[in-house]
Amino acid sequence: MALVVLALLVWAAGWWVNARLANGQHAHSRAVGLAVPAIFGLTLLLMWELLVRGLQVPMVILPAPSLIAARFAGSLPILWQDFSQTILKGALGGYLIGCCAAVLIAILVDRSDFLRRGLLPVGNFVAALPIVGTAPILVMWFGFDWHSKAAVVVVMVFFPMLVNTVAGLREATEMQRDLMHTYAASYWQALLKLRLPAALPFIFNGLKISTTLALVGAIVAEFFGSPTVGMGFRISTSVGQLALDMVWAEIVVAALAGSLFYGLIALMEASLTFWHPSQRG
Amino acid sequence: MKSVLAVLTVVAGIIGIWYLACVPMNIKGVLDAAERAGTEVVPATARERRDASALGLVANNSFAISSTWSVDRPRLPAPHQVAVELWQTTVEKKITSKRSLIYHAQVTLSATLFGFALGTGLGILLAVGIVHSRVMDMSVMPWAIVSQTIPIIALAPMIIVVLYSIGVQGLLPKAIIAAYLSFFPVVVGMVKGLRSPDHMQLDLMRTYGATGGQVFWKLRLPSSMPYLFASLKIGIAASLVGAIVGELPTGAVAGLGARLLAGSYYGQTVQIWSALFGAAILAGLLVALLGLIERLLLRRMGVRT
Repeated sequence: MALVVLALLVWAAGWWVNARLANGQHAHSRAVGLAVPAIFGLTLLLMWELLVRGLQVPMVILPAPSLIAARFAGSLPILWQDFSQTILKGALGGYLIGCCAAVLIAILVDRSDFLRRGLLPVGNFVAALPIVGTAPILVMWFGFDWHSKAAVVVVMVFFPMLVNTVAGLREATEMQRDLMHTYAASYWQALLKLRLPAALPFIFNGLKISTTLALVGAIVAEFFGSPTVGMGFRISTSVGQLALDMVWAEIVVAALAGSLFYGLIALMEASLTFWHPSQRG
Repeated sequence: MKSVLAVLTVVAGIIGIWYLACVPMNIKGVLDAAERAGTEVVPATARERRDASALGLVANNSFAISSTWSVDRPRLPAPHQVAVELWQTTVEKKITSKRSLIYHAQVTLSATLFGFALGTGLGILLAVGIVHSRVMDMSVMPWAIVSQTIPIIALAPMIIVVLYSIGVQGLLPKAIIAAYLSFFPVVVGMVKGLRSPDHMQLDLMRTYGATGGQVFWKLRLPSSMPYLFASLKIGIAASLVGAIVGELPTGAVAGLGARLLAGSYYGQTVQIWSALFGAAILAGLLVALLGLIERLLLRRMGVRT
């Protein structure tokens, strides 16, 4: 019981510190902007730990963060294997193929106004569909290994990427195109020097949406059949064995991988589209 | 009008490619069946055909092309096979039948809608809190944004099993997954929307002597609607995916996810494709419905589009 009370105290203290920081005079500084969510996260973690211990929640319902951390540290080799199978091979492979294919197709489609008009609504529609559902079909076609996961990821990222790139290629204004025309620029010169750079903010938007989709696709596809390695496989088998600390460790890996992947793309965006108003902020 | 024609052309093109793709995908199965029936095929034995390329087989056995579109358990079913299966399992079966796709869709739909309502409601509440409290904004908002970059759907199997072990099953676990998947997009979109009135408009409200409540109801909430609907559309699609994935781990017997899983266990490809299209139609209908509500609401609010 003491632990539960302590948890409530921790919550109150964390909130009080945050309230002081957020309403204090340094509230707009960068350090406070980072500290407040960090304190909030830490408070939640501490409360989780204290409540699980205080109320003696069984491990099969919710393991304490300390147990998850111990499991994480204890099974690094397994986690690394799963990570390289699912993220490095499945998700990243599919992501690269899908995004490159979508950009190439978008450049082709952009040459014909008729095609573009037809493809944009279809692409928008398909992008809203539950495409993960193709996983069982693609697993049947490409086997259990990472190739089928990469295929699912390709299908998932293709349409959001296509729609964004096609929209982006329309971004250069009439004036700018005319200027390229007066320079006697060829189609390829205009594409490489004007239209693709102008499309970059849209392309990066698509790339950022696709990072999450890629991870979701690679993990969910493993629920339909996989070799005995991989994050989705580990999650579904560990759930079956009620080894929830392992499941949470995999989820931590997924969360880290997702934020890292997104962060990398955002970094690339900041360095490539530094001229765009949204980056100059 | 021109766009409708263009869309139809693209759809027709996709269906055409699909029919073409059926030929090399299904040719081996068709030739095996033809050999067993005594027809002469080139090359003659299944072993030789296994190593031959699919396109070469098609070129050598052009008589078999038409039968690749009507295989019983094809690797890739032809569009009309899927359409026929869809028709048979929706219109010709009774809704209460376990083989009716409508029955399965309704199971998934109820979990989706329940979870979506839950997630959206909580999301809007949290967004209101975030807009009005600086502490909540600074503590919660970064986490809500980070949560969109991680595949939180990986939690789904665990939620199902944990809830099952404490005796909760059926609709609720799936609804919870659907709820948390739609929760974060709604929070982020709604916060953006509630912040969309600019300083001029807020100042105007101040000169009117409007209270906090009045500013919220008459300015912030109406101007957040376009943002809200944009994220609702993302949210409902995510909810549907969540409900479908939620049906996978326990081997549920009803629902679109269960149809997908059963189809993949028993090699019933036509069933998988029809469940997939069922899910796609459902998602399309839900998004279209939200679009309709959005248009009606915005028109009532006097927005011209």
